[in-house]
Amino acid sequence: MKMSKLHTVVVAAAVSISLQAVAQSTRDTIQIAGSSSVLPFSSVAAEEFGNNFAQFKTPVVGSGGSSGGLRQFCQGVGTNTIDIANSSRPMRPGEVEACKANGVNSIIEVKIGYDGIVFASRIDAGDFALKPEHVFLAQAAQVPQNGKMVANPYTNWRQIDASLPDQNILLAIPGSNHGTREVYEEKVVVPGCQELPEVKAMSKDDQGKFCVAMRTDGRVVEIAGDYTETLARLQAQRDAIGVFGLTFYENNRDRIKVATVSGVVPTVDTVLSGQYPVARPLFFYVKGAHIGVIPGLQEFAEFFVADATSGFGSPLEAVGLIPLSDDEREQILQQIRSKQSL
Amino acid sequence: MTVAETEKKPLPAPSKVQQKVQQSLARRQRQEKLFRGVGISAVACSLLLVALLFINIFSKGLPAFWQATITLDIYFDPAIVKIPEQPVQGAEESDNDFRERDLAWRSAVGMVNYNRLIQAGLEKVIPDALQHRRDLARIVTSGERFALRDLVIADPTLVGQTKTLHLLTDANIDVWLKGNIDRSLPDAQQQLSAKVREWVDQLAAEGVIQNRFSFALFMNPDSRSSLASAGLAGAFMGSLYMMLVVILLAVPMGVAAAIYLEEFAPKNKLTDLVEVNINNLAAVPSIVFGLLGAAVFIGWFNLPMSAPVVGGLVLSLMTLPTVIIATRSTLKAIPPSIRQAALGLGASKMQAIFHHVLPLAIPGILTGAIIGVAQALGETAPLLLIGMKSFVASVPAGPFEQSTALPVQIYLWQGNELRNFFEARTSAAIIVLLALMLSLNALAIWLRKKYEKRW
Repeated sequence: MKMSKLHTVVVAAAVSISLQAVAQSTRDTIQIAGSSSVLPFSSVAAEEFGNNFAQFKTPVVGSGGSSGGLRQFCQGVGTNTIDIANSSRPMRPGEVEACKANGVNSIIEVKIGYDGIVFASRIDAGDFALKPEHVFLAQAAQVPQNGKMVANPYTNWRQIDASLPDQNILLAIPGSNHGTREVYEEKVVVPGCQELPEVKAMSKDDQGKFCVAMRTDGRVVEIAGDYTETLARLQAQRDAIGVFGLTFYENNRDRIKVATVSGVVPTVDTVLSGQYPVARPLFFYVKGAHIGVIPGLQEFAEFFVADATSGFGSPLEAVGLIPLSDDEREQILQQIRSKQSL
Repeated sequence: MTVAETEKKPLPAPSKVQQKVQQSLARRQRQEKLFRGVGISAVACSLLLVALLFINIFSKGLPAFWQATITLDIYFDPAIVKIPEQPVQGAEESDNDFRERDLAWRSAVGMVNYNRLIQAGLEKVIPDALQHRRDLARIVTSGERFALRDLVIADPTLVGQTKTLHLLTDANIDVWLKGNIDRSLPDAQQQLSAKVREWVDQLAAEGVIQNRFSFALFMNPDSRSSLASAGLAGAFMGSLYMMLVVILLAVPMGVAAAIYLEEFAPKNKLTDLVEVNINNLAAVPSIVFGLLGAAVFIGWFNLPMSAPVVGGLVLSLMTLPTVIIATRSTLKAIPPSIRQAALGLGASKMQAIFHHVLPLAIPGILTGAIIGVAQALGETAPLLLIGMKSFVASVPAGPFEQSTALPVQIYLWQGNELRNFFEARTSAAIIVLLALMLSLNALAIWLRKKYEKRW
């Protein structure tokens, strides 16, 4: 019995060592994770990369939201950490610090293009012409009334503005794990809030807190999953208005219709020209220490930004990415080539 | 009492006991009837739910096994397909040099614009094609250009020939022809332009576009740039590698542990504790194993992320208690007389168990193992935490390569933006997974029936 026990221990040790040896030496696939808004573009770029470069493997693209991806990215350097984090917002200074604390010193920021965020309702619901302040008044915890702050009394869009449809207020917004949420607050809620004279009188700090405070009576629902979950919410409740990516809306025009924001219809053209206010740049971050270790990492970054991949008439434009301008593209390619770190 | 006797004599007055029985008889019969009714309705309810599930999945998923496919004569025009000669390994050339030359050749073949071949093929069947070039590019799904490339790589003599090929159409064309989008919607809400819709209806009427069995669904890995060619091959291989790891790890370990615990281990507090903990392990929610896998296998052992080997290890942990419990209960059910007879004839304990008990226990052990594996096959939650919900556009060549698994693929497709196409595709993937599970369960039943012995 003693012998066989010893045996087992030895075998187990040998197995774990050999597993480690195999693992250390074998990663030749680029590993990407992060924003689910960037995921469709990143996946198509990965697929095209694999199809165009016979010598490299097709990169693997995971999701998990911008924050989740960046957290994974900052876990450290080594083959058991990811090489690229997708993000639908720029990296925060705190995240850069967290990265550096774990030894991730070289972080190359790559902007890939733009994406619009739309408010959409079910095809059989009312037509919305939203303004930022409408959205703020619909989602705020407290609103000013007769010079005083009161708990949000609005239950119907018509109470907010007579031009809006007679429909119950129900907003499905992305959860805080999504980069989209930050853009939604930054580009819609906060500007809408700051238009109110009562808010203008507040100090900057108070404004920040007051504007993003959300009502908790169930009229605003945070969706932690992806846009399909938001769509399911709309299908269940006719009155709901969801926040989607422009691409998702374009793919499901038979089921949902968009609201205009400040009178502008969201389309690729209005986002590109800057007329449509709720747009944001999309990014990915490359771990500089992995360039040269993981085969094809630099080539992939350059391929992604190349005009043929993400410019006008490219496969990425076809799936809804709004391309960079030529100057921006040139500058970003330079950043990748010179491995310019944050 | 016989019948003749009852006729002759009047019945004696019923005793008190009989009276009591008579009185309660109606009530007891009523209770039984009630219970039967409850039982039948319980069975009917569960059958109804199963039927609902199946009808829902099959009605959505079955059509997805057939996909809109266009039949085109593709001329591999030498003016477009300009490729260097395929390298042949020289007698003195090293393998490495040859591989490099071959790679360069493959890259050159990949540079060809195969879309032009497809467009030329389309122009033959669509009269007014040239006036609407942009619309023309939307008919065949974009991934088919790589299918053409692979054809040329497999057989370079194809250049200069014409070949009749069945090419997948764009996902939105499939949606349009199957009526998965409301055909009466105005242009602004349609995915296809009016021109493409007109062409497609015309081509479908002529039989150029037909619903053909979708081999892509089984032969291709997942795809996002060419949605119509997204398939299950990558996920299937990933699941297969995981199941291999589970079978190689969990089954021998579980059976060995069960035999030791049941037959050799002394009965004391320690073994009681072990037993309780094995049962506890069986009750641990599967997502916990995922967290463990991420921390231990990826964090400490440095195993690759999204690799079937890690998935297999995690699922082995999950399957282990199932196998142990099933094996132990099978061993318990084997009559002690078998062991005693063997021991009585002078066999050692080891011989008694391995020569006499184990062969009789095999059907039970196999059943337990197969059910454990089937459970592992359908498990999703732990895989999400070890990076297996990534988008992987290639078929893994080994258990250390990145891949997804069948249930995770269902989850990924469920989240795809093009709902009209992927709702059906998702249900089709569910049908494939269910078919696999049911055949595994059928195998378990067959094995049990085949080797079963009754005492």
